[in-house]
Amino acid sequence: MSTHTTPRPPRAARSAAPRRPSGIAARLGPLPWIGPAVALIVLVVLWPVYEMVRTSFLNISISGFVRGSAGLEQYRRLFDEPDLAGVLTATVVWTVAVVGVTMALSLALAQLFNQRFPGRRLTRWALIAPWAASVLMTAIGFSWMLDRTAGVLNTLMTDLGLIDAPRDWLGSPATAWPWMMCVAVFVSLPFTTYTLLAGLQTIPGEVYEAARVDGTSTWQTYRLVTLPLLRPAFLVGVVINLINVFNSFPIIWAMTRGGPASDTATSTVFMYQLKSSDIGLSAAMSVVNFALVVLMVVAFLKVSRWNADSKEEAR
Amino acid sequence: MSPRTTTAPPGAGRTRGATEPAVPAAPPRRPRRFSPRTLLIAAVAWSLAVVFLLPYAEMVITALRPADELRDATYLPGELAWSNFVDVWRESELGQNLKVSLLVAGGSTLLVLLVALPAAYYTARTRFRGRKAFLLLVLVTQMFQPTSLLVGLYRQFHQLDMLNSVWTLILCNAAFNLAFAVWILTAYIGSIPVQLEEAAMIDGTGRFGALVRVTLPLAVPGVVTALIFTFITAWNEFVMGLTLATTPESQPLTVGINGFIGNYSVQWNYLFAASVVAIVPVVVLFALIERHVVSGLTAGSVK
Repeated sequence: MSTHTTPRPPRAARSAAPRRPSGIAARLGPLPWIGPAVALIVLVVLWPVYEMVRTSFLNISISGFVRGSAGLEQYRRLFDEPDLAGVLTATVVWTVAVVGVTMALSLALAQLFNQRFPGRRLTRWALIAPWAASVLMTAIGFSWMLDRTAGVLNTLMTDLGLIDAPRDWLGSPATAWPWMMCVAVFVSLPFTTYTLLAGLQTIPGEVYEAARVDGTSTWQTYRLVTLPLLRPAFLVGVVINLINVFNSFPIIWAMTRGGPASDTATSTVFMYQLKSSDIGLSAAMSVVNFALVVLMVVAFLKVSRWNADSKEEAR
Repeated sequence: MSPRTTTAPPGAGRTRGATEPAVPAAPPRRPRRFSPRTLLIAAVAWSLAVVFLLPYAEMVITALRPADELRDATYLPGELAWSNFVDVWRESELGQNLKVSLLVAGGSTLLVLLVALPAAYYTARTRFRGRKAFLLLVLVTQMFQPTSLLVGLYRQFHQLDMLNSVWTLILCNAAFNLAFAVWILTAYIGSIPVQLEEAAMIDGTGRFGALVRVTLPLAVPGVVTALIFTFITAWNEFVMGLTLATTPESQPLTVGINGFIGNYSVQWNYLFAASVVAIVPVVVLFALIERHVVSGLTAGSVK
């Protein structure tokens, strides 16, 4: 993992010169303090990882009875699945589009909410509503607003003359995808904006003072001073959003259930669709999903660090 | 209050100083005059705030619609049916779901407090063997999402015969929120000078006494932030509930509300009456810690 996302141990913890106990007490010392935390993580987070990988190599009946080893059979069947190519393509488009738009909009929002203006506190409270509210309920709210006969968005767009007659937006993949992406961006904005706001606040005021003395324009200051200093926060935002958006399940589940068939499913939703009919295949899909997330995050960090390194070399 | 909880942006003092007349000892109420730029910013921000609240406003409006006005393409209902808020609990199973949600969110928050606080305290204050490994474990868990492990979770708790149990949901929600809580708390406790504790220990309080009497009170903002985060996440959790609780009476509110949609004819007014009841408390809770969120994120991951 890159150092960019690795939160360093809190500074004060290091500078406070913690004592290093020795002897048997030192071996046993940490256990009562961190033992429960480690136990909880191992039992409820790591064990399922093992169980999932194991299941993907087993032959299991629908009722959950283990018939024996299946070797790589589940994976072979998964890759023979005719829907898989479409689902994977949709997953890539979904993740890239949602994360990209979220990051771009959040940069603007963070800049806006970092200003001083009357009512900043209240407007920030409005901004956190989609973060605090359940993603599932927000998604249900949007599917109701898009309802064919009584949806307020249909009514509004008809009244504004944007469409001739109310439409069944979620009924066909071509219109369901953009709307679901909008909802995904909508619920990702608050966290991302707050991460960038936190980043903005770590930039010391003197830096801007210096830029002003040098006579740079506002846009130049933003591009040459703010953006480079915002980089760590930006990277954290991208990585967390990549993981969240890739795994995003409630939005699609509430709005289309991934249907018709698997036409509006990402690989996570596809995995859930398979779970009820074919748990072995579903486990294989989960393992592939898991590998994809790790690959995606590592690849992104590699690329972004490579950028930083080459920039530094150029100087 | 911890030094990390300051929220004033770095540019704030500077821009003000440029426009304000240099009168010493300004009266408590400044004359409110805003530059056109500030007014423009405010206008944009206020419009955005409305956009962010619209979906939830529509939920409230629908929750107040009488059943016979549900299919009308009107913006506002002709009359308000406040009775929906009462009827939904009486005529559906959602009351039981609400109870499960309260137990799960409350239980997992308590468990996170009991487990994360000692771990964070020890990690912040001691250089023990395996400290790095522990921090790495916590960090890696933060990348694991319940959604990506659903099949494994289901198989594990199926084999343990622990499906449909409140305890299972408490354990799972606590485990997946633990990493974040440990990070925030380690950072917060680390920012409290260790000398304060040492002084208390010299006074003969012992390590535990020093923790309870000196460090904990100072770490309250961090602890509250971590706990509210955990509560909200557990309260809103959906996929684990959907997978691990298959009987209606063991399902949390999110899963119960989702069940409404599968029905032949959706009673949207009831659905949103329940949703509003589920959403409002957590939005208020979140608003309470809003000021600490920025510092929490800074302490936890950005810096």
